[in-house]
Amino acid sequence: MAVITIREALNQAMREEMRRDENVFLMGEEVAAYQGAYKVSKGLLEEFGEKRVIDSPITELGFAGLGVGAAMVGLRPVIEFMTFNFSILATDQIINSAAKMLYMSGGQYKVPIVFRGPGGSAYQVSSQHSQALESWFAHFPGVKVVMPATAADAKGLLKSAIRDDDPVIFIEQERMYGSKGEVPDEADFTIPLGVADVKREGTDATIVARSLMVPIALKAAEELEQQGISCEVVDPRTIRPLDIETIINSVKKTNRVVIAEESHPFCGVGAEISAQIMERAFDYLDAPVKRLSGVDAPMPYARNLEKLALPDVARMVAAVREVSYLD
Amino acid sequence: MATQVVMPKLSPTMEEGQLSRWLKNEGESVSVGEPLAEIDTDKATMEAQALTTGVLRKILVPAGQTVPLGQVIAIIGEPDEDIADLISKAESGAAGAENKKSIEENVESGQYGAQQELAKIVADGARTQATIQGAPLTSDVGAEPEAGAAGQPPAPPPTSAVASAVPAAQPSGNGQRGDGRLIVSPIAARMAAEAGINLQTLAGSGPGGRIVKRDIETAISNQAQAQQQTAQQPLAEAPAPPPAAQAQAAQPIAQPAPPQQPEIEGASAYRDEPLTTMRSTIARRLTSSIGPVPHFFLTTEIEMDRTAELRRSLNELDKETKISFNDIIVKVAAVALIQHPQVNASFQEKAVRYYERADIGVAVAIEDGLITPIIRGADQKAVGRISREVRELAERARNRKLQPNEYTGATFSISNLGMLGIDEFTAVINPPEAAILAIGAVQPKPVVREGEVMVRQMMRVTMSCDHRVIDGATGAQFLQTFKKILENPLLLMI
Repeated sequence: MAVITIREALNQAMREEMRRDENVFLMGEEVAAYQGAYKVSKGLLEEFGEKRVIDSPITELGFAGLGVGAAMVGLRPVIEFMTFNFSILATDQIINSAAKMLYMSGGQYKVPIVFRGPGGSAYQVSSQHSQALESWFAHFPGVKVVMPATAADAKGLLKSAIRDDDPVIFIEQERMYGSKGEVPDEADFTIPLGVADVKREGTDATIVARSLMVPIALKAAEELEQQGISCEVVDPRTIRPLDIETIINSVKKTNRVVIAEESHPFCGVGAEISAQIMERAFDYLDAPVKRLSGVDAPMPYARNLEKLALPDVARMVAAVREVSYLD
Repeated sequence: MATQVVMPKLSPTMEEGQLSRWLKNEGESVSVGEPLAEIDTDKATMEAQALTTGVLRKILVPAGQTVPLGQVIAIIGEPDEDIADLISKAESGAAGAENKKSIEENVESGQYGAQQELAKIVADGARTQATIQGAPLTSDVGAEPEAGAAGQPPAPPPTSAVASAVPAAQPSGNGQRGDGRLIVSPIAARMAAEAGINLQTLAGSGPGGRIVKRDIETAISNQAQAQQQTAQQPLAEAPAPPPAAQAQAAQPIAQPAPPQQPEIEGASAYRDEPLTTMRSTIARRLTSSIGPVPHFFLTTEIEMDRTAELRRSLNELDKETKISFNDIIVKVAAVALIQHPQVNASFQEKAVRYYERADIGVAVAIEDGLITPIIRGADQKAVGRISREVRELAERARNRKLQPNEYTGATFSISNLGMLGIDEFTAVINPPEAAILAIGAVQPKPVVREGEVMVRQMMRVTMSCDHRVIDGATGAQFLQTFKKILENPLLLMI
């Protein structure tokens, strides 16, 4: 298996899908000539030309709407937001058009579109450019929301997202483009949407982690192993549809759970997962479900405060010890 | 399987009920504990709950009609099940009479309420669903036999307020908060139900005394060890016989003591009898008079010569045994309690609870306080065995090695200050027990017998009684029996 970065994995996924299906095209700010603000679309203009790799003006609502229209008439657009912070401008098209079109048209128009780009915290770009928005999108029926945490997941899931007939919000982690991982060499490697992955098996406590929280959870699990606590790390990978079964099965085994997320706690994805665990595995819990979220405040610019605003290994270790009644 | 829904007994005096309103329609599915209909009884409008899960197939009694207790009012079954037989049986009236009889029998034996309670509990979730399905529950003698761990009535905190002394230090909590609620994690509750462990006997190690998984794991491994020890005894029986068997075993005097007796563990089984109006009034008025537990005291003087003789003989026969007066007193009190169940009882919010077994708490002074380890089923144990157990428990009590289930949940307590030369004293009841016996020193005193002054070994005892449960006469009758046996200890042989 090749070891590549998430950036390269995403690039491969788009390249392979564009080769496979001529209806797939990429549009967004700086995706063509500049090869992407994060170089995810490197080489695509060269291979597929201006008709399929399109630089848009700085008009998120506009090009998101163009994408929705294109998808309705049979194309498979991949719309890149330079970051998901800018998708806020396009939410009318995403939520009111893309998510609802299939329903409102009585099944006549499907919208096979992928909105992708980096999200979550970045390094010192402050409140407006460093935030996790997945709970916004996941709230609405009609869209799928995907958040990969490894190179293999990034590639396999993006390929599935492009082939999916529903709108997919595909949130990459801005800090993780350079993370390397093994990616299977097989020609048509995909990972189905809506299937969680147990990143590490354990027996004493479950950490449900997504995106940037996955590597942190794995480090915390290693530390906890030294302390005699065996952690299971479950990465849902797809936020909606959520593979709650895998989470529930893990909780039934460990009886304790910490849900880690970069986002703010209030009305977050962690709150939803927590509620579902309560509804479906209440009898298996030995401790209240613990959420470990980003702080309930805008992201600070200062580096020291920024560090404190996000869950880290130490706090994750403490959270697991808390639900295990060890401190 | 299709089940009949019968007019339930919703008040103690109810003979018939008017079906005021159906809350479910034919064809709707119902689950255990869900309200099915509103019934007007002689006292109030109450909800009748489904005692089984299925589809409400047939309503046999329309709203507005009054029918006697036990009459079949509906049938619950599978959606496609044949219920013709049940309907015709219901319509013939035979089923109604049969049900009425069975309800009355159940009420008589104290089982009926448990079934209703169970239905209420089950509505609260799958945990309790599992609880009722789990067969091991019958061995959980501390709980209501059918309701299991989840249905346990909250017992007041086990304070050891004996002999006016400061209570012994308790662990941070028995899984109970100040409001008497048991705090237990869901998985721990479920594991306890499955393993037949009485949560009331555990101390929680989680925050605020929450009983968590590891506490149950510990309890299970302790239980397994205890069972292993039992299995090594030649004539050992199952550690926790079902309540019915215990009820039979509750007349120990008539049975010769076997050389080895079954282990008796966990809290005693009991039946709750709803408070009568008079009992509630007595409780309320007396409580407002003195403190939450209205005490009164009964003192008597007992001639101990024959008991002293018996004790001397026993100790001479076997150099190994060192039976004390207190060991014999424990046994005699237990035997007397079985003859006077009104004293082997406790006051509950809405009922007086009568225990089947006499579990005697024996106050032991330890550094900084005191604690009352329990001789379970003392009525069924030989004096020699009681003696060994008391010594062993007291030793561990002094070393602070007692498990919570060894000092919580007695049905009666004894505090003995005789060895400290106290003539007589009053002890403070250890709630929720209804009485405690304070034992003074055995000492020679001049007494008048048949017109002549002679010297006898006399002992003064004072029983503190919870007036909400025990009245003067009931307490006195118990003391009479206690005194009679101590003055004629051969009665223990009969």
